[in-house]
Amino acid sequence: MAPVLEVSGLSTVFHTRRGLVRAVQDVSFSVNAGETLAIVGESGCGKTITALSLMRLIPQPPGEIVSGSVKVDGTDLLKLSEPEMRKMRGSKIAMIFQEPMTALNPLMTVGKQIAEMVMLHDGASKQVARDRAVEMLHHVRIPEPARRAREYPHQMSGGMRQRAMIAMALACKPKVLVADEPTTALDVTIQAQILDLIGDLQKEFGTAVVLITHDLGVVAEVAQRVVVMYAGRKVEEAAVGDLFAHPLHPYPRGLLGSIPRVGSARGLDVSPDERLREITGMVPALNDLPPGCAFAPRCSLADAKCHAQVPPFELKQPDHFAACWQA
Amino acid sequence: MEQTPLVEVSGLRKFFPIRKGLLRRTVGNVRAVDGVSFSINAGETLGLVGESGCGKSTVGRTVLRLIEPSAGSIKINGNDITAVGKQDLRALRRQMQIVFQDPFSSLNPRIKAGEIVGEPLKVHGVGDRGEREAKVADLFRLVGLRPAQMNNYPHQFSGGQRQRVSIARALALDPGFIVADEPVSALDVSIQAQVINLLMDLQRDRKLSYLFISHNLAVVEHISHRVAVMYLGRIVEYADKTALFAKPLHPYTEALLAAVPLPDPALKRTKHRVEGDVPSPINPPSGCHFHPRCPYAEARCRVEAPVLRDVGVGRQVACHLR
Amino acid sequence: MSATISHSFWNNVSYNARRYPLGVAGGIIMIVFVLAAIFASAVAPLDPFNTNAKASLAAPGPVYLMGADMMGRDVFSRLIHGARVSLAVALGATIIGSGIGCAVGLACGYIGGWFDLLVQRVTEVMQALPLLVMALVITASLGPSLRNTIVAIAIPLIPTVARVIRSNVLSLREMPYVEAAKATGMSEWRIAIIHVLPNTLAPLIVLATAQLGSTILTEASLSFLGLGVPEPYPSWGRMLSESAAEYVRTAPWLVIYPGLAISLVVFGSNLLGDALRDALDPRQRD
Repeated sequence: MAPVLEVSGLSTVFHTRRGLVRAVQDVSFSVNAGETLAIVGESGCGKTITALSLMRLIPQPPGEIVSGSVKVDGTDLLKLSEPEMRKMRGSKIAMIFQEPMTALNPLMTVGKQIAEMVMLHDGASKQVARDRAVEMLHHVRIPEPARRAREYPHQMSGGMRQRAMIAMALACKPKVLVADEPTTALDVTIQAQILDLIGDLQKEFGTAVVLITHDLGVVAEVAQRVVVMYAGRKVEEAAVGDLFAHPLHPYPRGLLGSIPRVGSARGLDVSPDERLREITGMVPALNDLPPGCAFAPRCSLADAKCHAQVPPFELKQPDHFAACWQA
Repeated sequence: MEQTPLVEVSGLRKFFPIRKGLLRRTVGNVRAVDGVSFSINAGETLGLVGESGCGKSTVGRTVLRLIEPSAGSIKINGNDITAVGKQDLRALRRQMQIVFQDPFSSLNPRIKAGEIVGEPLKVHGVGDRGEREAKVADLFRLVGLRPAQMNNYPHQFSGGQRQRVSIARALALDPGFIVADEPVSALDVSIQAQVINLLMDLQRDRKLSYLFISHNLAVVEHISHRVAVMYLGRIVEYADKTALFAKPLHPYTEALLAAVPLPDPALKRTKHRVEGDVPSPINPPSGCHFHPRCPYAEARCRVEAPVLRDVGVGRQVACHLR
Repeated sequence: MSATISHSFWNNVSYNARRYPLGVAGGIIMIVFVLAAIFASAVAPLDPFNTNAKASLAAPGPVYLMGADMMGRDVFSRLIHGARVSLAVALGATIIGSGIGCAVGLACGYIGGWFDLLVQRVTEVMQALPLLVMALVITASLGPSLRNTIVAIAIPLIPTVARVIRSNVLSLREMPYVEAAKATGMSEWRIAIIHVLPNTLAPLIVLATAQLGSTILTEASLSFLGLGVPEPYPSWGRMLSESAAEYVRTAPWLVIYPGLAISLVVFGSNLLGDALRDALDPRQRD
């Protein structure tokens, strides 16, 4: 099966007063229909810029996608003109954001916003589009969808708004859904509902999902493949089971060691007063990266080579890639 | 465990009036905190968990009288801080401090980090200028910062470092009790671990008591000795950490635990979701506040509010069914 | 000790001067005008009050650098003397108005309750009247003099400043660093001075520099109506408004030079204000 989304060699930079910021460097991945790929990393690792690059929503200037291709069903989005790209957004590739309040228009009813999308992309009549909007709200399990369609975003709770945004994103049945921290602003019980919802809709529509998150728990729960990013580059990629069972790169290994777990309830081996493993230091500034591996200054395994040369991203084990001289 | 608790809170209530119209008449109340009681021993951490709007942050601020409580008593070291005047309260503030969630807005951007940390010393007239500076340098080292960074402004620090500055400020007066309001929620995962370890080291070395407020159950489980779970202004379950996480009794605690995504794909979770949103604390549901979302709710739950009652040693739950 | 402080002060000034060249330009403009105003008698080549029928409406030339007015008075000398009135009114009214407005806003934000409610309604009433109308009423009741003109122009500035500062204070009071200061036992008064007031500086400076220009123009209107600084003392505003309608075609220098002076002061104060706002904000440094 050919992947629905194929990203290769994507690099995005920002021209700033403080110099060139290489936000995303040489990032490649592909996602099949119905599959979820998670991109994990901490703030400043380039995961959100990757997501925005896929949608070609990078503010330009100061941003610029300098190389690579983003193919959806074989069409390279980076080669399209802006009007052509506008047609792709929503119909072939859609995005949901962390804070639905800022992504929804506060002056338009939720139903109308969804209907506009449908009219724009499917050329549907007003009545058909309106019915579709209500149907979509019903689909994302919003109770009383016909009444809710006439409400404004501020009249809804955070979870409800996120559902409305998902309804809008999926209204035209896009092939690819880019979800940027879709549950970070939500409470855990609501997060669980939304993750379930995305999963169910994905199965139903066969959507390929790119999930951007910093939460390893969310990754383990919903993703099939994982890309770990650090300082703008991919440092590891594997199937989710592989990555959590034996991470190769010291950064994801450190991350997994540094998170406390809700464990004893499930009979896991968690001794209560154990110190968390720390990753010392902090994320480097993207306009001032060290010459070698960007993680070397924080890495306990780093040697002279790590500080001098950027490690290649290569196959280390079957279907398990990493960029590390020591792995 | 027979000791007098350092912090004893009982029957704490905080209602925020909703005012309307030209004359600002009170038309209703947000019952942010509605009868909360707990105690914390010296050197102990009480974790306070709950979702947004449950009143946990209001508890943290009210306990320090940063917000005036509507009712209830708060004893710290035996002194009831709700009964003292402003002057006496200011003196008592030496014993209790707070660390906030947002590392950006919790430090005044116009003041140097060294002055921020030294401010409490100045307020209470501790030492002369030189002694204060030496003490601030010590505090910087204690929280893992370099004394040279005293001259930096807050924006020159990273999020994790700012949180260290906040912690140093809280420790300046050697308090016994610190309210930590979501101190790691705004930090990156790898930085979270650094701050959690720092808080735990400080507790061990200085016998600090923490009221650790968080929505992150994993962090609470890691750092707490005992845990209180809040829902819409009330504590619904209060227990030893191990007991609570091993076998939650209240259906809400159970739902919270089930909802936490686990960083282990090998664990196939049973889908066990609570439906619906958290209701508004302006007009909470009748009876047990959780009943509209509770899978086990019975007729009784809809009318009668359950009281927090003892179920075993040091364990309390507010549920008719458990 | 004081030597090191002043040393670092001058270091700081020279550092900021290099970072904000436009601010330096604004500062120089302001200093030149202030010096001209202070030493007006020494700087002005001719007597600003001396009329000369032969020189009526003389064009700019070697004697009358910027020409002469209808009564044959030297425009250049009158401009220099007029700087006294105009700058005194502009700076005086802006400083008094902003200062009182700031205090009122701070009090409203802090005391709240009935006091706040009352002050809010009063400022709303004041804002409903145009600046000029209020100033007119005030000077009409106080009588024309330099001091009364300053007061008359300062009072209408108070509500705007007070409202901006009040809303700023309300949001600043909720900042965690204010709560943290409260938690250390700091008194409300000290919190207001140390934590709240300095953080209202940015909007205050922007507002004050914006108001500087309008105060000069208000003074001009008052003078035109005979309620400003009494004749024969010159002020830029009056020089401009007296001649605008009548002489703009026949003797444009009567309009151009006072207009230029007003524009330069407004421009200079804006440049200086913007630079000050940034220079006083540690977040702008690195």
